[in-house]
Amino acid sequence: MGKSTGQKRKESEEKRKYQQMTKKMRPNPPILLNSLKAFLVGGAISLLGQGIQNIYINYFDFSKEQAGNPTVATLIFISALLTGLGVYDNLGQFAGAGSAVPVTGFANSIASAAIEHKSEGLVLGVGANMFKLAGSVIVFGVVAAFIVAFIKTLIKLL
Amino acid sequence: MKKFLGQSTWEFSEVKILGSATAVGPLEGEGPLKNDFDVIHEDLHIGQDTWEKAERKLLEEAFDLAIKKSGVPKDKINLMVAGDLLNQIISASFSANYLQLPFLGVYGACSTSMESLAIAASFVEAGFADNVVAGCSSHNATAEKQYRYPTEYGSQKPPYAQWTVTGAGATVVGKGLVGSRVKYATIGKVVDMGITDPFDMGSAMAPAAVETIAKHFNDTGRTPNDYDLIVTGDLAGVGYPIAKQMLLERGYDMSKVYNDCGLMIYSSTQKVFAGGSGCASSAVVTYGHILKQLKERKLNKVLVVATGALLSPITFQQSESIPCIAHAVAIENEEE
Repeated sequence: MGKSTGQKRKESEEKRKYQQMTKKMRPNPPILLNSLKAFLVGGAISLLGQGIQNIYINYFDFSKEQAGNPTVATLIFISALLTGLGVYDNLGQFAGAGSAVPVTGFANSIASAAIEHKSEGLVLGVGANMFKLAGSVIVFGVVAAFIVAFIKTLIKLL
Repeated sequence: MKKFLGQSTWEFSEVKILGSATAVGPLEGEGPLKNDFDVIHEDLHIGQDTWEKAERKLLEEAFDLAIKKSGVPKDKINLMVAGDLLNQIISASFSANYLQLPFLGVYGACSTSMESLAIAASFVEAGFADNVVAGCSSHNATAEKQYRYPTEYGSQKPPYAQWTVTGAGATVVGKGLVGSRVKYATIGKVVDMGITDPFDMGSAMAPAAVETIAKHFNDTGRTPNDYDLIVTGDLAGVGYPIAKQMLLERGYDMSKVYNDCGLMIYSSTQKVFAGGSGCASSAVVTYGHILKQLKERKLNKVLVVATGALLSPITFQQSESIPCIAHAVAIENEEE
């Protein structure tokens, strides 16, 4: 039984009204407070990274450039450990983008997926699923890098 | 003989609740209804090595205990009706393998609790079975894994999100001499008001609950005042006031009798966002708390309206809105 155009219009009008009403009635995320938390936690993670880098430079004879890789590796290790201990998801609820955007968030997305799918086996579980969240970061990271490099090359040629 | 009223309400004359049982996880065991649950597990893993097995264990415990408490020998139970939230309703089917009873699997998302009870009661009423056991389960970690992100992934949820209840509830219905009666079941239709945010289940499901409650009143000629308590399954902090408001606009003042299982199961100090959700929300509150209150005659007439959001992660990713359903079952004591 098909609906007439008039009926359909009336229904979509009802739906629109309902959606407006629910948006008014539900509590919205406190955007300002969340931004502040994200800023502070994100900043703290970056500060930690800087501290680690300084340790590598001052105590282990790395140059500033060389210290980058072990610093990132250390942050990834800390994040994976906190994920395994069940702490990082709580930090994520508190800090939002503050703990999602730094490299620690990337590590968390991989480690959490790996833990979650361990019960499905090493190959089809861990192997196939650990990049299911991080995969799109890698894909679009590579695509963005390609486009930027392309533009840079064009500009150089001109 | 005709056994239905209006379009969609079934009337039962001789179906009783013979026994029921609940098993829950740690957070539910710390909540305000902790004294009403039969088994409380302190560990979310329930001693199992996978989340899926943990959920199944809860359901098996609830079934075992409900059958035991009913006093009905297992070989006199003619049918098991069960469902859950996982793909291919594995908790229900694998529990059915454990229980070795004739089995019908059902799926109505979080409305599965009352869907399975309504079906169970109808089989008894029709004479296809003397005793039927019905039940359902949900687990916070299996639901997160299937519908959202890995449990340890650090995403930020909005305050209107809900917390999937870890637990299972089961009940045996049959023709008995004692016990509360299953009186009516009103079967809902699917309602979709165009809500697309999968975190906002309360807003999505409220219109389905309203539709079924209004239908129930219409079919039976009852009003909110005919009940001591009317509960929805898991509308929680957002959906509950919306449903209340919508029912008032339809001329049903629910203010004295209305509550929501998703709000009853946790205290306001527990960090569960807007409240509980999942099949187990209505199942453990009904089969634990409400049936106990009925037994003690603190309540005599209760309408349980279990609400379900019939989405999948695929429909959500394909930008489709969330179709919802609600089924109502009236449980009441015989007048003394």
